[in-house]
Amino acid sequence: MATTQPPATRDDPGKAELPPGAVPVVDVAGASPVRHPLRWLAVLLLAVLGAQLVHFLVTNPHFEWGTVGAYFGAQVIGQGIVTTVELTAIAMLIGIAGGVLVAVGRMSENRVLSTVCGAYVWFFRGIPVLVQLVFWYNLSALLPRISFGVPFGPEFISGHTNTLITPWLAAILGLGLNEAAYMAEIVRGGLLGVDQGQTEAAAALGMGRARILRRVILPQAMRFIIPPTGSQVINMLKATSLVSVLALADLLYTVQSIYNRTFETIPLLIVACLWYLVMTSVLYVGQSFIERYYARGATRHAPQGFWNFALFRRRPDAPSPAADSPLAKEET
Amino acid sequence: MTVQDTQAATAPEAAAAEVPMVVAQRVRKRFGQLEVLRGIDLEVGRGEVVVLLGPSGSGKSTFLRCINHLEQIDAGSIHVEGRLIGFRRSGERVHHLRPREVTRQRRDIGMVFQHFNLFPHQTVLENVIEAPVGVLGLSKAEARKTAMELLTRVGLAEKAASYPRQLSGGQQQRVAIARALAMRPKLMLFDEPTSALDPELVGEVLATMRDLARDGLTMLVVTHEIGFAKEVADRVVFMDDGQVLETGTPQEVLDSPANPRTRAFLSRFL
Repeated sequence: MATTQPPATRDDPGKAELPPGAVPVVDVAGASPVRHPLRWLAVLLLAVLGAQLVHFLVTNPHFEWGTVGAYFGAQVIGQGIVTTVELTAIAMLIGIAGGVLVAVGRMSENRVLSTVCGAYVWFFRGIPVLVQLVFWYNLSALLPRISFGVPFGPEFISGHTNTLITPWLAAILGLGLNEAAYMAEIVRGGLLGVDQGQTEAAAALGMGRARILRRVILPQAMRFIIPPTGSQVINMLKATSLVSVLALADLLYTVQSIYNRTFETIPLLIVACLWYLVMTSVLYVGQSFIERYYARGATRHAPQGFWNFALFRRRPDAPSPAADSPLAKEET
Repeated sequence: MTVQDTQAATAPEAAAAEVPMVVAQRVRKRFGQLEVLRGIDLEVGRGEVVVLLGPSGSGKSTFLRCINHLEQIDAGSIHVEGRLIGFRRSGERVHHLRPREVTRQRRDIGMVFQHFNLFPHQTVLENVIEAPVGVLGLSKAEARKTAMELLTRVGLAEKAASYPRQLSGGQQQRVAIARALAMRPKLMLFDEPTSALDPELVGEVLATMRDLARDGLTMLVVTHEIGFAKEVADRVVFMDDGQVLETGTPQEVLDSPANPRTRAFLSRFL
């Protein structure tokens, strides 16, 4: 229905006498935006708080920034970092390998197997890691000797628990076995997240169970498994600081043993904080690379190459107005 | 074919050439309380195209999935090329086959699903060569060559490097057909291959299937495409409530159905 009268002026938009059923001619281009005074107030408040924080960081002498700088690159700290990274890596490896086993066991058709694996998850998730660590460390009080051999039969190797379970091994066992319980749930969730039709299609092609798992299910389950595993790695890196109670020289224990001597508590804790932040930031970036790799085929877009991502290049077919490039059109 | 013939069929290899491709005898299957197959008898001859029709819930798809043992039957038996599917006879007793043996039996039976079920993490070409390389042990070059021939045949050679999600539903289903054909199956099962497709994409999939039928491939097709049944099927089987109600040529079953339930079902398509 076309209107015939001239455009209504801004002053009397409704007053123009319109024939019944007609609409005034309006152009919304150049409309004034809605104001958000509360947002501005919040920004102002944050700005003041930020200024205070900077002032505090700069003027408070107790930070001893000089001391922070002196220790930041120190060799002792480096050794602590190496221990922290080692613990994280080995405990995560045990966690992932154990987690896959427990997850597959939980999904087994065999009732005994699935129940035992379920009980494992229940047990290790139900006790705080710190308690588990201390328990492993004190295992000798429960089991003075450990031996390997035929059950109820002859022993092949045996030794004193105290020499066998070093603080390092106690830390690895405590962190790794606990992690396996969490990873089992993550892996199981990932496997269950893959459409049942995938298994059927692969089976109909004559693929065996192991091959289906390896070639069809796991690569797809990875998309569900990788993101939570990444955050598990980051959590693990932070959780390794708990081993300082076992007098194991990780990053935290190293700075503690220094400030117990020199009383430079705050600057050394800041050194530890900075290093933890550096390490977790590196892990965040690494995680995004891996996620992108396993997302291939998951969207209608072609997967983005490693270097395009690393150099922050915009993907050619990204859904942005500027990306109406010929590349994007060729795809469809 | 009679019961005598099917008994002969179980004799090892002797009369392999004359044995029908599929012989199902009194097949029963229940899911909990619900009995979905209540004694199915059906034969599919070599080179025959049989279309299974029937209302949803009649057990057509379940029956199809029993033929390659994706579902395990509770009673009766299914033979493909004279081989008992999913079980082994020794003397008077019948034993379950090991998973590996079932896997082996599935090689010669291709299947196409309603929802295509292509592997989304692999390109079209990788989808097609996965089983020939992994299961049959073909070299990659060899498998690629065959795969490209098959993709050309279904009209998708230029999509070889695409991922499934970049294709339309009809294209995905044609890739799925090529993937199944890459195993050189002797029998192809189609489980509602066009039901998940937009109407304008149904034609391209049916055309591909028609082409296969013309080449003499043995096909068992569950579908609601009456037109396809009329044109391509050698035989139409009407199922309802877990039983076969009527079997015959498309003319017999579709144009002058004897069973009132068949008539009621077909009247909905007019």
